[in-house]
Amino acid sequence: MRDVVVTGVGAVTPLGAGAHTLHERWAAGVCAVDGGEAPCADFDPLSTMSRKEARRADRFTQLALAAADEAMSGAGLTEVGAVPPERIGSIVGTGIGGLATLESNQEQLLDRGASAVSPLAVPLMMGNAGAAAIALRYGLLGPCFGVVSACAAGANAIGSALRAIQSGEADVIIAGGAEAALTPLSRASFAALDATSHAGISRPFDVRRDGFVMGEGAGMLVLESAESAEARGARPLGRLAGYGTTCDAHHLTAPDPAGAGAARAISAALRDAGIGPDGIDYVNAHGTSTPLNDRAETVALKTSLGERAGAIPVSSLKSSIGHLLGAAGAVEAVATILALRDRIAPPTLGLEEPDPDLDLDYVPGVARPFDVPEGRPARAISNSFGFGGHNAVLVLEAA
Amino acid sequence: MSTSDTITTEHVQKVVYDALESFGAEPSQFAPGTTFESLDIDSLDLAELSQVVADEFGVVLKGEDMKRIKTIGDAVSTIMDRA
Repeated sequence: MRDVVVTGVGAVTPLGAGAHTLHERWAAGVCAVDGGEAPCADFDPLSTMSRKEARRADRFTQLALAAADEAMSGAGLTEVGAVPPERIGSIVGTGIGGLATLESNQEQLLDRGASAVSPLAVPLMMGNAGAAAIALRYGLLGPCFGVVSACAAGANAIGSALRAIQSGEADVIIAGGAEAALTPLSRASFAALDATSHAGISRPFDVRRDGFVMGEGAGMLVLESAESAEARGARPLGRLAGYGTTCDAHHLTAPDPAGAGAARAISAALRDAGIGPDGIDYVNAHGTSTPLNDRAETVALKTSLGERAGAIPVSSLKSSIGHLLGAAGAVEAVATILALRDRIAPPTLGLEEPDPDLDLDYVPGVARPFDVPEGRPARAISNSFGFGGHNAVLVLEAA
Repeated sequence: MSTSDTITTEHVQKVVYDALESFGAEPSQFAPGTTFESLDIDSLDLAELSQVVADEFGVVLKGEDMKRIKTIGDAVSTIMDRA
């Protein structure tokens, strides 16, 4: 099967615009949670798109377009003809899609009747809008679709792109996730499930953790066959070495407490990469700060990595930017690629009182360099799990 | 509803111009003979325009009307005829 490399990354997150902003600020220990949420407060859609494009896009699509712009520019793919457009695709995950559009049109429907519902309601709220908008902007004619698997969607989109390139269906795919669900309905719904933090604090693996903090944003990777990147002289930032995805089939929202599905996904990703637990140097955890996830994920890591689990750093980006739902896996993949480049495990912030039952090395408070054995590149797994029992794990490798 | 006694071409034109500008079209190019195509105004914009027109003048523009309307002037005169 063909090797797949990462030739561009992009992100818009609560830490600011840009993948490097994300990496540097997380590594520096900056927490973007404000008032129990993590919005992309400074995001200006018009900095990367026309007024027309912006009004044709729900906020989740605007975030996707802005992250895609950074990734495509970084990959040198904004020039027409660098790669034939028939060979480039776009796959974007989202947990919910254009929720704000849905809510505002529902309000119009109730207040002013059916004739007040916008003709743009459906094209803005549909979950595939992010993938379609990116294809439209760059004229991409290859595979294009959305991926829906709740908080695993970003990682599943990246995994689907890996398979499409390996199989020869495309040479390049811009893949990632986007979410903008800081809306009244979404807040109320997650609160009704008791999923969000009452304290408004994201502190994964801490004994006081009481739920996730919702954030918004987008992360995008340009994935490319190694041959294509080499032929056009693009310098890889890293390699997507493996992918594993499974389902718990245990409960609609709760993870399997034994972490069996997550462990199978980790093991499948390692097998796909052709490596064992010793080939991993860092774990970018799903680490939501919910009581159930952090416990089940710890069990899953021990089951799948054995003794190696206790020897490597495990940290959660959600401690810095909250939970970006369907964008989380993609933003975390971007952060992991840059962490591998610098061989630094960024910190799990807010972890001050360890849970006595959770005994891995969660890199509390401060970033730390990690060792990589001589003769091989640095590697990490990035875990994503979602309501519905979805598990998606990526194996990423430094260039 | 017939309100043609009170509706002027200037008023209709202003409503159409304002709508087109809000859709992202460039106002400096607006003139009665300007085609929607040249303004990059597509079928979704025209669906929105028909909603604005229905709200403002009570004129319902159907799919067939929109297919026939090619310029700003076509739109204004169709609305005037129906109002």
